[in-house]
Amino acid sequence: MLMEPVIKTAFPFVVTAVAVLIAFQMVLMIVAYTVLAERKVLGWIQGRIGPNRVGPWGVLQPFADLLKFIFKEDLVPDKSTKFIYFLAPMVALVCALMPMVVYPFGPAITSVDWSFLPYGLGEGIRTLPLTIAQIDVGVLFVLGITSVGVYGIALAGWSSNSKYSLMGGLRSSAQMISYELAMGASVIGVVMLAGTLDLGGIIYAQQTSTFRWFIIPQFVGFIVFLIAAFAETNRVPFDLPEAETELVAGFHTEYSALKFALFFMAEYVNMFTVSVMCTVLFLGGWYVPGLSHIFEPGTIPYALVSHFAFIGKICAFLFFYIWVRGTLPRFRFDQLMNFGWKFLLPVALANVIVTTVVVFFLNR
Amino acid sequence: MASTALFFLFAGFAIMCAISMVYHKNPLYSAISLVGVFISLSCIYVMLAAPFIAAVQILIYAGAIMVLVVFVIMLLNLDDQGTKNRLRYLWALGGGLGVVLLVQTLFIFYAVMKAPQQASDQSVSVGKTLSIGQSMYTVYLLPVEIVGVLLLMAIIGAVILARRLSQPQLELVVDQELDRRNETELENEYRVEL
Repeated sequence: MLMEPVIKTAFPFVVTAVAVLIAFQMVLMIVAYTVLAERKVLGWIQGRIGPNRVGPWGVLQPFADLLKFIFKEDLVPDKSTKFIYFLAPMVALVCALMPMVVYPFGPAITSVDWSFLPYGLGEGIRTLPLTIAQIDVGVLFVLGITSVGVYGIALAGWSSNSKYSLMGGLRSSAQMISYELAMGASVIGVVMLAGTLDLGGIIYAQQTSTFRWFIIPQFVGFIVFLIAAFAETNRVPFDLPEAETELVAGFHTEYSALKFALFFMAEYVNMFTVSVMCTVLFLGGWYVPGLSHIFEPGTIPYALVSHFAFIGKICAFLFFYIWVRGTLPRFRFDQLMNFGWKFLLPVALANVIVTTVVVFFLNR
Repeated sequence: MASTALFFLFAGFAIMCAISMVYHKNPLYSAISLVGVFISLSCIYVMLAAPFIAAVQILIYAGAIMVLVVFVIMLLNLDDQGTKNRLRYLWALGGGLGVVLLVQTLFIFYAVMKAPQQASDQSVSVGKTLSIGQSMYTVYLLPVEIVGVLLLMAIIGAVILARRLSQPQLELVVDQELDRRNETELENEYRVEL
């Protein structure tokens, strides 16, 4: 029984580590298959077939790509700033992955009795929340960490010592600062309606609100958020940092092999992040209206169905991203800046003011 | 125990980054070190149960202001020579300020030692978003409004400076060039038609 206090102390850390591993694995699998889905859907949009050689319908293509990235020669430009050149892809991917810890993957499971665990580990446990860390300022945490991610791109552009990379890095930092403002302002309306900055709390607030989903009272905020999200993730039609017709490949021109793969993954993880935020803030997160009449809330089937509803909503957003990429041409840089500062930001601020007035008079 | 170890980890990282910020000659390295300082400070805020301050620290300082600084450094491409001799007369001033800071730190240590060791009953809610928002719009309303006006003045000033210095000139040059081209094109067309 000497091990008992050690096990009791280590138990929360082990649980957290396992939760992080599961979430990490899930996010990376979704990201890998987003890449495949992107190539497939773009193929269909353009009247092609898409990858279909590796495995049936090409389902093993992401793993083949990963192997190829690992075995490619890793070229480092001669006059690059080595330390920052190595640091930049890590910053990009770490900042993309970190918001994972606050995603509400599903409702808390309360029906399981944990007393069967040895050493009395399950004593105080009543609920199993399907989120890794429940923090008071989840929305600010996600916005803050993703805004640090811009360093990965800007530093990559600077340290490569190449004109194209530098142009890409400059463009991306200007673009991401500009659209971050509109994005933050579009979230304020939701935060005011929910009265909390906690992501789980926002989902619960939507369940008790009049319209169930905040997309209805906050439609303007939703549109602004969606457009700003495209700019924040450097996706078409705002993919100017890597505009291939002007800048070869923009900030990652000089990157090869696994370092390029890190940037590539960071872009898709960022897409996943903004899809999660869109789902949580405007589409009710894991909440399925009417599901509580079929299953008892807190049971495992309820949590599972809610979780898959959450993933389904995210996949719908990811499909929308790919669809837009197959449809729209790229903006010019001055158009991008004018649109962000002179249209998107004023609309978001007007939305904040109108929401404030409405919330004020409703709460009186 | 664990929190003490974490505090020394983050505080040590903050001090290391601060020293590297001062001693690096390349301004970009200094800027990145400053980002490191901000991030480790925000970790300390989280440990002090002030998650809102921590998130805002990351969001505003690391995510917005330092990105602008890095952006400007990348644009200007500063060289690291020429700053050494120019600032030598500031050594005495810097030393004096350093001594003042040291005395201040020691005084804070002394005051903390002398203070009664009891927990305030407010400590549960202080640092949470709700309590910060409520005190900002009730007790500290006047300072918030003054800071708001100050920031507005700064924004308007920046816009005025930027417009006066660059934009009209640029527009004038472009307009003149366009006018010139239009005239010559019109003349050419006229000639051909004649």
